[in-house]
Amino acid sequence: MSETTATLATPASPAATSRPGRRGGRSKKRRSTADRITITLFVLIPSVVVLGLIWLPAISSVFLSFTNWNGVGPLTPDNVIGTLNYENAFTNYPPFWPAMMHNLIWLAVMFLVATPAGMFLAVLLDKEIRGSRIYQTALYLPVVLSLALIGFIWQLIFSQQEGLLNAVTGSNIDWFGDQRYNLWAALVATSWRQVGYIMLLYLAGLKAVDASLREAASIDGCTEVQTFFRIIFPVMRPINIIVLVVTFIESLRAFDLVWIINKGRNGLELISTLVTQNVVGEASRVGFGSALATVMLLISSVFIALYLRVVMKEDQ
Amino acid sequence: MTVLADRPQTAVPDISPAPGRRKPGIRAPRMVLHTFLVVVALSWLFPVAWAVYNSFRDYGYTSLHGYASFGGFTLNNFTNAWEQADFGRHFLNSAYITIPAVILTLLFSSMVAFVVARFSYKFNLILLAMFTAANLLPPQALLIPIYQMFRSAQVPLWFSDSGTMLNSLAGLVAINVAFQTGFCAFVLSNYMKTIPKEIYESADVDGASVFRQWWQLTLPLCRPPLAALATLEVTWIYNEFFWATVLLQSGDKYPITSSLNNLKGQFFTDYNLLSAGSVLVALPTLIVFFALQKQFVSGLTLGSTKG
Repeated sequence: MSETTATLATPASPAATSRPGRRGGRSKKRRSTADRITITLFVLIPSVVVLGLIWLPAISSVFLSFTNWNGVGPLTPDNVIGTLNYENAFTNYPPFWPAMMHNLIWLAVMFLVATPAGMFLAVLLDKEIRGSRIYQTALYLPVVLSLALIGFIWQLIFSQQEGLLNAVTGSNIDWFGDQRYNLWAALVATSWRQVGYIMLLYLAGLKAVDASLREAASIDGCTEVQTFFRIIFPVMRPINIIVLVVTFIESLRAFDLVWIINKGRNGLELISTLVTQNVVGEASRVGFGSALATVMLLISSVFIALYLRVVMKEDQ
Repeated sequence: MTVLADRPQTAVPDISPAPGRRKPGIRAPRMVLHTFLVVVALSWLFPVAWAVYNSFRDYGYTSLHGYASFGGFTLNNFTNAWEQADFGRHFLNSAYITIPAVILTLLFSSMVAFVVARFSYKFNLILLAMFTAANLLPPQALLIPIYQMFRSAQVPLWFSDSGTMLNSLAGLVAINVAFQTGFCAFVLSNYMKTIPKEIYESADVDGASVFRQWWQLTLPLCRPPLAALATLEVTWIYNEFFWATVLLQSGDKYPITSSLNNLKGQFFTDYNLLSAGSVLVALPTLIVFFALQKQFVSGLTLGSTKG
């Protein structure tokens, strides 16, 4: 499996010769003190940054979620309140379940609409057609734009008074404001970017598929559709899993666009905006916000584990 | 764009037909395919084109004739947006954040990747997993401890005029580096593992130190992924919105991506002005996109194409 989608931009040949494990302990022993200091620092400095600013906060979030600390003053054992924050979040916090629902809808649209669309376009553009590069460029142009900027760009289309959509259709809908529509409007804007990104990933995956597979299939009389679904798609399994993980994680992390539109209120609540609202601003509910953060961490850890299993397979 | 639309007719006598994948005499499906792609591509470009178009139009004209009209062209929106939202300052802020963050990210990630790829320690896999996973965690889930940590971290005033890491550009650089190092370390280590170990063996024989091997052998050999990652990271960190919005409280410290909100009025929004602002903010990334497209794309796919 690793051969079929092996590293695109890497020098092809010597990968097999440099298997770890063959570099013996012999060379390690005769390293000088200076070399050992170099190696230690090379590992230590970046590790301290990542452990201190990512993993320590992640663990702290879990820990703080069991307290009622308000962020001011010392944290004492009296602050520990068990699972009360979780109970409150699940039963006593109106925006929680709508936010979970919105995240799920977000995921469903990314997964069922944006991903297949990106894949479909990649398949079309992978053929030898004139101007393929021009089409590709147009489709992934939104990928370089920030989601915050995308929020502004789509406001020109979705705005109630000045937007193009209402001007053309003659309707008077507040696309980003009305909670019946705003989630879907935000999803249109997000998909606009996501489709190009997914297309890019699949184009790379398709380019790496062995051409002889297609030839064999066409000699055997497979139609293009059969070839894709029975041969190409299964061969691209690692890419499929990575796209799946990227889709899940991005749906969970979705934040910028919604924050630009209305700071995640009135139909646009997402789990990420709820966490942020509980920390930034006047009401600083550290313990409660941490419980929401821990829910995010738990969901993401499943997909991170899946991702690590796929991408690190070769090293095991 | 008319050139683009004309393509289907000329596509038939293509010089390089791929054997086995395309037979002659299937003009009609090709035409359908091209028509479809042209429509999709144009509709994909439309939102950007619409923003660019309206950024050149006068607010008075569009409010009189509606946005779906033609005319009223002016350059004033750009000068107004630049002055009103203090774009000069915010572009500088973006540079102060992006440039050090990208350099540190590439430096740190190449150090870790080098150790993981060059030596076979038992902890290599765990180390790499720790770095790679860090990049995938949702930033919002780390917000509370980071916020508290930065607020209580006292730093000298010459380092940050807020006296703490909160509300300082240095804090933003740090958090961006921490998040992006994982992705880059992963990509670089994959690349470095393909460097033949004989190169290092002869360097060992010549008595080159580990540091020199990293600096003079590995890094020069890694120019392609480093260029790709630099392009990608410049775009990503320039585009970063969440941390800048929550960790910087005074608007004058905002990088350009977060400062666009300054153009949005509380009760009234001049969409032509906002378009001009959006175009200005998008400009650096669009330049990167057109000038360094190859690097950008290979950077994006580097992380995913190892199965």
